[in-house]
Amino acid sequence: MLLEVKDLRAKVAGVEILKGIDLTVHAGEVHAIMGINGSGKSTLSKVLAGHPDYHVTGGTASFEGKDMLTLEPEERARAGLFLAFQYPVEIPGVSNSALLRLAYNSLQTHRGLEELDPLEFEDLVHEKIKVVEMDPSFLGRSVNEGFSGGEKKRNEILQMAVLEPKLAILDETDSGLDIDALRIVANGVNSLLTSDNAVVMVTHYQRLLNYIVPDYVHVMDGGRIVRTGGKELALELEARGYDWLRVAA
Amino acid sequence: MSTALHNLVNQPYKHGFVTDIESESVPKGLNEDVIRMISKKKAEPEWLLEFRLQAYRHWLTMKEPDWANVNYPKIDFQEIIYFSQPKPKKQLASLDEVDPELRRTFEKLGVPLHEQKLMTGVAVDVIFDSVSVTTTYKAKLAEIGIIFCSFSEAVHDYPELVKQYLGSVVPTGDNFYAALNSAVFTDGSFCFIPKGVKCPMDLSTYFRINTEGSGQFERTLIVAEEGASVCYLEGCTAPQFDTNQLHAAVVELVALDNADIKYSTVQNWYAGDENGKGGIYNFVTKRGLCKGINSKISWTQVETGSAITWKYPSCVLLGDNSTGEFYSVALTNHLQQADTGTKMIHVGKNTRSKIISKGISAGRSSNCYRGMVKVGSRATGARNYSQCDSMLIGDRCEASTFPTIDVQNTTATIEHEASTSKIGEDQMFFFSQRGIDSEEAISMIINGFCKDVFVHLPMEFAVEATKLLGLKLEGSVG
Repeated sequence: MLLEVKDLRAKVAGVEILKGIDLTVHAGEVHAIMGINGSGKSTLSKVLAGHPDYHVTGGTASFEGKDMLTLEPEERARAGLFLAFQYPVEIPGVSNSALLRLAYNSLQTHRGLEELDPLEFEDLVHEKIKVVEMDPSFLGRSVNEGFSGGEKKRNEILQMAVLEPKLAILDETDSGLDIDALRIVANGVNSLLTSDNAVVMVTHYQRLLNYIVPDYVHVMDGGRIVRTGGKELALELEARGYDWLRVAA
Repeated sequence: MSTALHNLVNQPYKHGFVTDIESESVPKGLNEDVIRMISKKKAEPEWLLEFRLQAYRHWLTMKEPDWANVNYPKIDFQEIIYFSQPKPKKQLASLDEVDPELRRTFEKLGVPLHEQKLMTGVAVDVIFDSVSVTTTYKAKLAEIGIIFCSFSEAVHDYPELVKQYLGSVVPTGDNFYAALNSAVFTDGSFCFIPKGVKCPMDLSTYFRINTEGSGQFERTLIVAEEGASVCYLEGCTAPQFDTNQLHAAVVELVALDNADIKYSTVQNWYAGDENGKGGIYNFVTKRGLCKGINSKISWTQVETGSAITWKYPSCVLLGDNSTGEFYSVALTNHLQQADTGTKMIHVGKNTRSKIISKGISAGRSSNCYRGMVKVGSRATGARNYSQCDSMLIGDRCEASTFPTIDVQNTTATIEHEASTSKIGEDQMFFFSQRGIDSEEAISMIINGFCKDVFVHLPMEFAVEATKLLGLKLEGSVG
């Protein structure tokens, strides 16, 4: 079992947003978490990644059987948890390849593996960049500076491709993407899926799920998962909307 | 602010030790007798004493400038020791005769005084308190006509050159601290590159203040004749004292037709402790005169030290088609205050200037960019581009920008860009989510921010500057 979340509760700025989440993710699975704005989807991803603004007030979460809530965000990342950000940050003056190499080598070091020198890393990253159909010139550019919305999201998936996480949480990676970019991002994610890793997609829309087919669809509302089903649940949501599942406000 | 962002600015100062060496000083305080004593100790010619006295008399009529965005208790100029030197055992015939204690001091600072051990291709003049200890590669440089020596030696050996250029860029009465310096300056570096000579190695001066209560008033003069070029580096440190020390230097650069001077500084004077106790008051006048056509002067500075920095390396673009550049990174932490920037004075036709300033403030510090771009009525086709970026770390520091633009010629083109950013929680969280710890993250963000300046530093300096910024910020972010 990769991820096991039980009755997880969390607050941000004194307000309880997560009110008891249960979620289990095994290797080889693809999960989709859907729901309207404010249902707690993005909060769940940030809490799992350890964002300092979010405070866990109850419940447990373990990663490969180990309590992850006591770990610092970088320790969770080194354990194999990856978050693709909804709003990727810009880092002026820092090249994409320098960032990728630092992140990669930091993981290598913590896994007791050899660091790659810039030339070796160059070879690796040139392979990985094909996954997201990006031009290698993006490697020399400052992280996300002057990138379009779609390029920023592809850049997140490039980081995922380089870091090869066990569990990737994609926080609204599809938002703001045109149909071509959506296809590229989805193809990229699909090509990275193996029986040893898993993906949790947080999304509003069913259309991403046409490209990355989930094994499970969870619907969140009011800080809880109110319904879990197979991929057909997403289609039903598309047809009927969310209202029929909503708990009384 | 995240804990990671909090921890990065508190690395102790590494150069804070004091060398136990016998020194001889003149009594503290300043009057004409003290000036005569300094001049006599240095066996100076009469004209130089006159230069000093004239400056001193002018200084007496001047008021300490109060327009800078800095606050400090009034300086008692009678409490300062104006001349201090390690007691000379005898005249030095070679580098090997330098006092071992002194040599160890500089080795500890990473400035070995043996030529064979020096950074390859760099000649160094070493100034300890008020005097030059040694200059390396002097003989080798002399073969191609380059003069690189201490200011005192230049006064004796090349009086005509010194007389011709001293005070020609920064007149004795230019400002309060320049006048003070002109009255009491003790040593510094002199560098003369004759016509058509490209200096084959970087020239460097390393300044060290050791004696408590002493001020350092050095004078640097660099002249590049027609078609000559030189790359000059300056580094500085001081021991850790609870009292403040005054450093009031004057640097003058003169570039004749088609000459090129590149002047780089990494300033790491003691900055005081985290409560603002002690530290150097760095009140410096640096100015370059692009006297000839097509001449070029480029200032690059990395300012990380000093309790207070008051410094505006400037260019007077007199020759037609001349170019002035200013690249600056100023980092302040704890209670440091920096008021720094440049002046670009366009006089000649088609003169160009470029200003890139990066200010980083952390702790409770204050960091201010102050700049002036002036285009005279004769400066047809003058162009300036200025970019001033500030970065804030934490929420108790301050950054301000005071650009002044004064254009008297309608054909001039002036561009000014400015930005302020903050190392935010989101950036830090992004790095940690990628498995990168906070200190590496900050160092990466800062180096990215300063990249446009660092590319103009010579290799060794760029490496040193990168390390220094990391150390300075250790513990401030988090």
